Amino acid sequence: MSSTFDTVANIISETCDIERDKIKPESHAIDDLGIDSLDFLDIAFAIDKAFGIKLPLEQWTQEVNDGKATTEQYFVLKNLCARIDELIAAKAAPA
Amino acid sequence: MRLEYFLLIDRIVDLDLDKHTIRTEANVPTTSTIFEGHFPGYPLMPGVLLIETMAQTSGWLLMGLHKFTRMAFFASVKEAKLRSFVTPGQSLSVSAKLLHDGSGFAVTKAEIRHEGKLVCNAELTFRLIPFPNPQFRASMEKIAEQIQYPLEAVPHV
Repeated sequence: MSSTFDTVANIISETCDIERDKIKPESHAIDDLGIDSLDFLDIAFAIDKAFGIKLPLEQWTQEVNDGKATTEQYFVLKNLCARIDELIAAKAAPA
Repeated sequence: MRLEYFLLIDRIVDLDLDKHTIRTEANVPTTSTIFEGHFPGYPLMPGVLLIETMAQTSGWLLMGLHKFTRMAFFASVKEAKLRSFVTPGQSLSVSAKLLHDGSGFAVTKAEIRHEGKLVCNAELTFRLIPFPNPQFRASMEKIAEQIQYPLEAVPHV
C-alpha cells in the first residue's frame, strides 16, 4: 500500500507534468514546483477522489490571507500529507 | 440562444438537486453575424460556443446546488469532443451532472444532443465564488426567471 506522500506525488506528477523524482516531501507546491491555483484545483480534485475527503482549500486560503497561517503549513508536501492524514482520520472516527 | 448577449440557454427543462443533474434547451438561431464569418457559405455553430453552452448549463446546476449564494466561474475544460457539426436552426438538448463538489470549486460532466444524437461532451471545472455584490446576484436571478429556472426548488439563503 503506497503512502499518502506517494499518492500525492504521483497525482502532482501526472496532473502538472512534473518529473516524479523532483517531487520531495520538502517541496513547496507553489514556490518549488511552480503549481498555480488552477493546477491546484485539478490536484485537489484528484486528492479528494483518491482519499474520499474534501480538502478545505477555502479555509486554508482564508487563514493564509488573514495571516493566521503560512503557505508552508499547507503547501509544503509533507505538511499537506499530514493534513490529508488528519482528514482521513477524522472521517474514520465515530461521530 | 441570444448569441449577442452570450446568453446561450433558452430554457431549463429539468433540474434535480438530489441527483445533481440538469437539462436545458438551447436553440441555435437561424441568423447571426457569427455565421457570416464561421463560415462564409457554410454556417456552423463554433465549437467554443458549444463548450460555453455546456458551461452555462453546468453553471445553472451549480448555482442551484449552492442556493444562489455563489457564482460559478468557468475555469477549465478537459476531454472536450466536438463530434458533429451544429448548424443554424437546430434545437439542442444540453445536460450536466455534478462529478465533484470541492472546496471553492466543482467539476461537472456535460453533453449536448441534437435529436438524440450526441453532438459534444466535456468535463468542466468551475471556481465557486460568493457573489461579489447583491446586484450581480439579482441580475443572475432575473435571467434565471427568464429561462424558467425553478427557483421555488432552490431554498434561498
